[in-house]
Amino acid sequence: MAKKPQQLAIDTRPWRDTANHRPFVRIKNVTKKFGDVLAVHDVSLDIYRSELFCLLGGSGSGKSTLLRMLAGFEQPTSGTIEIDGQDMTDVAPYNRPVNMMFQSYALFPHMSVEQNIAYGLKRDHLPKGEIADRVAELLSLVKLQDYGRRRPHQLSGGQRQRVALARALAKRPKLLLLDEPLGALDKKLREETQFELVKIQESLGVTFIVVTHDQEEAMTLATRIGVMNQGEIAMIGEPTDIYEFPNSRFVANFIGSANMVEGTVTEDEPGHVRIRSAELGCDIYVGHGVDCAPDQLLWWAIRPEKMALSREKPFTAHDANVTAGIVEEIAYLGDISVYQVALESGKRIRVSQTNSVRGNPDAITWDEKVYITWSDNAGSVLTV
Amino acid sequence: MTATHDPTIPPPRRLKPWNAVERGLAKVGISGRMLVLIAPALWLLIFFLVPLAVVFGISLATKQFGRPPYSALLSTEDGTVQLTLHLSNYIRLFTDNLYVAAYLSSIRIAAISTIITLLVGYPMAYAIARASDRWRNILLMLVILPFFTSFLLRVYALTGFMRGNGVINQFLGLFGIEPLVMMQTDFAVYVGIVYTYLPFMILPLYTTLVKLDVSLFEASADLGGRPLRTFLSITLPLSLPGIIAGSMLVFIPAIGEFVIPSLLGGPETLMIGRVLWDEFFTAANWPRAAAVAVAMLVVVVVPIMLMQRAQSAVVEK
Repeated sequence: MAKKPQQLAIDTRPWRDTANHRPFVRIKNVTKKFGDVLAVHDVSLDIYRSELFCLLGGSGSGKSTLLRMLAGFEQPTSGTIEIDGQDMTDVAPYNRPVNMMFQSYALFPHMSVEQNIAYGLKRDHLPKGEIADRVAELLSLVKLQDYGRRRPHQLSGGQRQRVALARALAKRPKLLLLDEPLGALDKKLREETQFELVKIQESLGVTFIVVTHDQEEAMTLATRIGVMNQGEIAMIGEPTDIYEFPNSRFVANFIGSANMVEGTVTEDEPGHVRIRSAELGCDIYVGHGVDCAPDQLLWWAIRPEKMALSREKPFTAHDANVTAGIVEEIAYLGDISVYQVALESGKRIRVSQTNSVRGNPDAITWDEKVYITWSDNAGSVLTV
Repeated sequence: MTATHDPTIPPPRRLKPWNAVERGLAKVGISGRMLVLIAPALWLLIFFLVPLAVVFGISLATKQFGRPPYSALLSTEDGTVQLTLHLSNYIRLFTDNLYVAAYLSSIRIAAISTIITLLVGYPMAYAIARASDRWRNILLMLVILPFFTSFLLRVYALTGFMRGNGVINQFLGLFGIEPLVMMQTDFAVYVGIVYTYLPFMILPLYTTLVKLDVSLFEASADLGGRPLRTFLSITLPLSLPGIIAGSMLVFIPAIGEFVIPSLLGGPETLMIGRVLWDEFFTAANWPRAAAVAVAMLVVVVVPIMLMQRAQSAVVEK
């Protein structure tokens, strides 16, 4: 559901060409303290026009505090926030060109759907006819034409979510902040709504900043993701970067699942690196240079689907990248099966295999001895 | 589930002494739930409806010397039972300007006091609802604290503040300001009522305000609502149930207030509670006093019903 590649000509990915593009939102060295608690620590972040940027993190990671500072509900302890070239750090929420969709939706319970959507327009003292037109336009955008006179409590969760979106979009904000926009919906509805949200964002061209704890949601929605941990940005990147090229053990573990082993550098060449891992019971041959030193202790992470299982020992070059173990657990998930293999060292490795043969009678099963192998570039070498 | 029951085996019969009682009551159509409801109903019957009926009966009699100091409604003469109902007391209420004026004056004083109490109580309730958890309990305690001393003592204490050589005038005297006449005026009555009934306004307001979701105020600000607009469009309408409940709790007892006007008010402070007292104890006219009481009840019940209807309409929304 993320934007299709052909729609993303290079010039629509301004974060790849920072020299020629001015960021739309600039968060510079922002720190927020609540008493002695450091909620956000020295965060700097540039977000470009028409981006759908996801702030992803667990609870207490500071993602919501950062969003609330963008909306103006909290003041940074230090640092500045610029939106569209203007310093917004000390501007009151009602004077910002920013609207927010709240996690609880925060619909006014004593007003009808129409009145809720019109609330922001009335604050701008628009003429009545114009407000009515705009409200009708928004109701059809979120497909709630027949619900204008209902009150929020007469709507389902999904309908309320759409009213909240329409209300937040009513004033044509330059920047829309969404706090866990799909958090209160059930799984099925969440998947449908993800599509709609992206469609609306693309058709209106508004910059979205979405806070979520759900990595699947972040991966499907976002043009870029900022992973937050303990008040700091752990990594910023496109979904594929975050998943395939994590920059730290935290990111590798937080996004998706990863097997992580410790190892020592034995060969450090510009074209390759060899790592000896007692845990893995073999050498790891990495087919590219890594910024490290001989004998350095580091970590190597690999995704379960980047490894293959076989009964016979496969041939590998360089006398590396193959190890053996016993199948301990199998989780059959339909499309894939996840095997948990116990190595000699006691380390457990998770390997996933696509179930491409229907009802495969020859599938690897419990207590079998298997070989695990992977290619030179399948894993990530992590130094932090 | 730790214990599972086989549905084919009936649960063991519990033999408790009250089972027999329960079965006996069930035979005459009384269930446990009804029993629970009967207790408050009986209470209301004995201590409210019966006395009210007695008062209403007395209001239809005439004053006479003796014991009791009113005529009997039922009398037997020549073997016939006669029911004598005197409407003169009620007719007098409408024809004698004193009573009409007293009712109107009571309603006016109660209404003005309610508005002042609301204006004073709302910001206090709002501040308490928005205070941190620790402060909130302390502040609520302070609101309730006056109830730990006698109401009469507190009203007497007010006279110490407001009398000619009281605390306020002594303080003003330091600046060479002439002493103000506060006691025995309507002003003192307002001060007394607002002071006494403030907690009854603050508590229901607080309970509605504290329940309001802070994100509603943030949403209003986010959509361009300045603080005053947010208050008028969001806070005020959503706290309407508290405003109605608090106003009811102040307005209704204030109409019949007797102690405050007699201790703090002057001779020209006309309130129905004082008229009632005078009829009973000074004029010893029980039937007239009873009629005044019944009429007061009607005056109070009408606004209660109106407000309850308004409140249920708000709640339904």
